[in-house]
Order: sequence, then structure tokens, then C-alpha cells
Amino acid sequence: MITLKTPLNDQDLDQLHAKDFILFSGELYTARDAAHQRLVKDIAAGTPPFDLNGAVIYYVGPSPTPPHLKFGSAGPTTSSRMDVYTPTLLHHGVKAIIGKGYRSTEVLESFRDHHAVYLLAIGGSGAYLGQCVQSSEVIAYEDLGPESIKKLVVKDLPLIVGYDVYGQDAYVYAKTLK
Amino acid sequence: MRVINTQAIKQAVFQACQDIQFRYSKPMEEAITHYMNQEMGVGKAILKVLLENSELASKEHIPMCQDTGMVVIFLKLGQHVHLEGDYVIDMINEGVKEAYDVAYLRKSIVKDPILERVNTQDNTPAVVHIEMSHDDRCEILLSAKGFGSENMSKLAMLTPAHGLKGVEDFVINTVLTAGPNACPPMVVGVGIGGTMDQAALLAKQALFNEVGERNHDPRYAQLEQDWLEKINASGIGPQGLGGKTTAIDVFIKTAPTHIAGLPVAVNINCHMTRHVHIKL
Repeated sequence: MITLKTPLNDQDLDQLHAKDFILFSGELYTARDAAHQRLVKDIAAGTPPFDLNGAVIYYVGPSPTPPHLKFGSAGPTTSSRMDVYTPTLLHHGVKAIIGKGYRSTEVLESFRDHHAVYLLAIGGSGAYLGQCVQSSEVIAYEDLGPESIKKLVVKDLPLIVGYDVYGQDAYVYAKTLK
Repeated sequence: MRVINTQAIKQAVFQACQDIQFRYSKPMEEAITHYMNQEMGVGKAILKVLLENSELASKEHIPMCQDTGMVVIFLKLGQHVHLEGDYVIDMINEGVKEAYDVAYLRKSIVKDPILERVNTQDNTPAVVHIEMSHDDRCEILLSAKGFGSENMSKLAMLTPAHGLKGVEDFVINTVLTAGPNACPPMVVGVGIGGTMDQAALLAKQALFNEVGERNHDPRYAQLEQDWLEKINASGIGPQGLGGKTTAIDVFIKTAPTHIAGLPVAVNINCHMTRHVHIKL
């Protein structure tokens, strides 16, 4: 099994190929619809709430953490809703994004142009994925509740490479059927 | 006349909202195991993770999915039932609110759909449909609808000339277009006939069927099986990464319609298809 650890460098990403199963460990930032809306505004204003350079983003709105566990259920949400924001994030240094589902052609080109990767988490395995979270901290937009930006430290998060730096797409077959 | 206190309805909703979040239903668990044994490679690995997820969710008492859904309820009330106590819709929403709080479920509802989109913080209101019947029954069909799959659902106002072929093409295309966004393997609810609104309701009601349950009309039962076969022959597979298991089942519900119309609605669910049928 291929392992990927933050901080990410270009060589780490070069070893990944579409459809590879990988285990991801390290830091990532959660963000979905509402957080992205604010994030791109803050980026435009020159005040992003965290350092985007080399960052990993996970499209997730976790369920609340029960008292007996470290984190709640935390599976991926549909990535295409964030397509409109993604090129901006990649342009500002984001190196990997975790989600599920198709991306637009423009977004895929943006991944390739910025030597970044799109990683897939298994939709509907939130209990499993949430238990890979070692620690979490709200770092921005706390009023958004499940949609706030959290910094997570994860260990052995199981992912599948969706779009690699060579322009290979794990969904290529499904796309021909659309 | 049968008297039912709305407190009993609230209690049932409170319990049901929790019961469906932490494990697959038995028929779904068996169906996924069955398909897993037929899959290879990526598809097999994904279905294995989904079964492990359900197992872990149940053991740790953590929801299977972070999107714990918008609660949709069909309340079936006989005309010989008298409801006493506080207003039934308020009591249903109280049940939802308390369940989502105590079970650490995600609150996913915003009050206004376009303007402020501020979270109501308690996962209410639920979507409640009331259906009358001639007897004294009181039944609650409750589901927690996730929006990855809800967003990929579609409705078409076809016309009689489209016929069966037009309906089939629309259903299959909707499922194929949904692809990985709807977290396949999916469960597909199809509503045909009525008016625009009724077709959508039929599609939603179809998702309350259990895996393997067939339409009472053998012609529609056959279509359910044919469409499932065609969907699974597409090769989209678990999570859209290839395989034989794109859908677990297809359910059709129909209603009389207008001489000029052929409404079709396709409501998609993911493999969790969280729902329960309670008889009070």
C-alpha cells in the first residue's frame, strides 16, 4: 500500500497513479460549500485563514463528535459543488484535494497545471474515515458549525487516487457513459 | 374511533431517527455481501469497506455517514383516528430535534434556501406528508435523506409518444449521469404518472421498499428487474470506479395520469437507504 504523508512534495505526488489505493497521514483542512465562499473572498482580500501553500483540503462536513470518540462521522461530500472555487485554491498552492465524484474539465486541467492531485474518499464510509482522525481544531468560520474550517490530523486515511499529475482520471470509464 | 396522543408519535419519530443511522438494514447487508462476492478488484475492496463501515458504526454508535440527512416522513392516518395532545407536526419536529441532539447527528438544514442559508441548528423542519386511509391505522414511514443522492434525482414531464422506451431511457440516463456523485451502489426510486408533484412523491415512496421487494403488477416487477440489470451492465460500479454493482435495486410506483401526460420522477438513494416503517 502506498503511503502519503504531509508535508507533501512533488516527488510524493509523482508516485501516485489514478485508481491507486493509498493511506494518507498528516494535516488537512476541512472545507465545503459555505466555507469555500468565504475562503475565496478572504484569499482575494489577502487574508486567508490558513497557509494554503502545500495544503490539503478535505470536502467534509463531519457529524458532531460523541463524548466517547475522537471525532464524528466524516466521509466526503460531492466535489463538483466546489468546482467554481477550486482553481483559485490550486493557484494559491493547495496540493491535494479529497472528495468524491466528477470534476469539470477546467478543474482537472487546473490540477494538472499546478502539479496537484485529486483524491477520492469512499462515499458512505464516514464512520470508518472519521476514526482515522487523531485531533481536530476549528480554525475559521466557527459560526458555520459542521461547515467551519477545521484542521485535522489524520492517520492512515484510506483514499483512492482520482486524478494524478499525469492527467489520468479514475472515472474515465464512467464518464464515457454520461 | 381510535385515540392516539401525539406524544406517542413524537416518541416514535425520536426513536426512528436514531435507529436508521447506525447500521445497514439486514436485507441491505445481505445484498451488499452478495454483490461483494461477485466483484473483483477495486469494486470488491470498496464494498468490503462499506460493510466494515456499517459494522464499526454499529459498534461505536457513530452514524454510518456524516450526512445524517433531511428527515422525510409519510404519516398514514386512518379517518377513524383522533389525535389528541399538541399539534402533530410540532411534535414530529420535536422528535427530530431531540434525536439529532442526543445521537450526535449532523444538523444539515438551512432556514432559507437562497438568501441567508442559516442553519436551523436542530435539523428541523422535517418534510411531512400526510396520507389518509379509510380505517383507524396510524403508520409512520420515516427516512433520513442524504443530499449527495438527492441532488442527482430528476423529474421529466414526458408525453404519451415517449412511451415505455422514453421512460426507460430517462431512468437509466439519470442513474448513469448520477455516477459517483450519488455514492453508488444506489437504490433507485421511480415514480410514473399522476401530476408533476405526484410523480415525485411516488418516487420518494418507492425508496421505502425493502431490497428484493417487487411491484405487485408483474409487468412492472419485470421492468424493475430489467432496469436493474441494464444499470448494472453499465460497469459504473461501486463509487463509479468500475464493477458490476452500480445499483442494489430499482423500485417503481405508478399512478393514473392525464391523457396528455407521462410524468416520470427518479429519486436516488445511496446504499444506506435509511428508512423505517412504524405501525402505532
